[in-house]
Amino acid sequence: MPKGSVAITTERCKGCGFCVEFCPTHVLELSSAFNAKGYHPPHMINAEKCSGCNLCGMYCPDFAIFGYRNPVDKPQKGTHS
Amino acid sequence: MSTTELHVHNPVEDLLRQDRIPTIWCPGCGIGTTVNSFAHALLGQDIDLKKTAIVSGIGCSGRVSGYMNLDSFHTTHGRAIPFATGLKLANPELNVIVYSGDGDLTSIGGNHLLHAARRNMDLMVVCVNNMIYAMTGGQAAATTPGAANSTTTPYGAFEPELNIPQIVDAAGACFVARWTAFHVMQLERTMAKALKKKGFRFIEILSPCPTYFQRKNNMGDGLAAMVDYKKRSKIKNGCPTWETVLEPGGEIIVGEFVDREREDYLTRMRRQLGSNYTEFPPQMEEHESEGCSKEC
Ligand SMILES: Cc1ncc(C[n+]2csc(CCOP(=O)(O)OP(=O)(O)O)c2C)c(N)n1
Ligand code: SF4
Ligand code: SF4
Ligand code: SF4
Ligand SMILES: [Mg+2]
Repeated sequence: MPKGSVAITTERCKGCGFCVEFCPTHVLELSSAFNAKGYHPPHMINAEKCSGCNLCGMYCPDFAIFGYRNPVDKPQKGTHS
Repeated sequence: MSTTELHVHNPVEDLLRQDRIPTIWCPGCGIGTTVNSFAHALLGQDIDLKKTAIVSGIGCSGRVSGYMNLDSFHTTHGRAIPFATGLKLANPELNVIVYSGDGDLTSIGGNHLLHAARRNMDLMVVCVNNMIYAMTGGQAAATTPGAANSTTTPYGAFEPELNIPQIVDAAGACFVARWTAFHVMQLERTMAKALKKKGFRFIEILSPCPTYFQRKNNMGDGLAAMVDYKKRSKIKNGCPTWETVLEPGGEIIVGEFVDREREDYLTRMRRQLGSNYTEFPPQMEEHESEGCSKEC
């Protein structure tokens, strides 16, 4: 499992692209789909690279995305997730 | 993707009035980005949010007070600082934050800014500088670069723009900083620091306005401005504020420029008045019930 993930409220998104541009590991891309207001919300294209750092959330001017760390499963020492 | 998503929650939302979202801000406007830094700065401290008030003037930036789930005052254009001053003097226990635009705070409200800094009034002032009067259609403000095109200056203006950190520093502010909407983490740290300090604290944030400032000057969208900030910014903490002038296309000097101790207005008033000073409103004794005290 990747270290983190994002939650996206697609209907709030205005397609500015800040989250896509400033994600340090290039996890996101604006999708070709439209939301109800006609904007292209982001989706994950490199989900496995998400660290859950929430930089996308810090940049989003419309509170439409945020990153969070996945809970670490207990017996994970030594194994690759 | 997994069930954990159902339980995740963006902490910023606790500080927003959910029923007022989506905001009126245009796609690519930077004001909302600054709100994230502000919300995280507030949440990261042991600050009593019940004793925290936010005051704005009028403008796109002035909408911030209405979106924050705090005691909010949306005042008249240019007068956020006088309202905030009254609030602070009437109830010195409050943490009072002014959040407004460059036109509001430095153009129509410029005189109030100067004098609040001179008095070292215990306020934190956040100025979102998009270099234009945005809400009313892109008229030139005191912060609009002289060569820039605006609705009221189609041939540019024949005057230099205000270097805000320099004037608030000269007037006596005890804390002066500048960041851009690109510097989300630095801005959060600076805001956290400023929230804890006493006296007049001023933070300027350069922020994209794709709809007016940038469109009138062929500067692309909000993202283009953010990328440009990233490219042109140079962090110079402690930089003398006369060196922080914004040259079009030149370096954008950002950082914490001033951090000094100076007696604030209320402390000075108490000191000068000595035993003649009574706290207003009179401190309640025993029971903290609402309504009148014994005398009335
Ligand atoms: C006394 C008064 N004069 C003028 C206006 C019109 N007005 C409303 S917002 C605004 C400009 C706001 O500019 P700024 O503070 O930079 O905020 P921005 O919209 O750029 O974020 C003006 C001139 C007003 N509301 N009241
Ligand atoms: S949480 Fe961090 S790594 Fe994950 S998408 Fe957002 S910015 Fe990228
Ligand atoms: S930063 Fe927010 S509004 Fe902009 S594209 Fe990403 S999710 Fe949409
Ligand atoms: S007009 Fe400019 S400042 Fe106002 S919401 Fe739109 S982009 Fe933001
Ligand atoms: Mg403005």
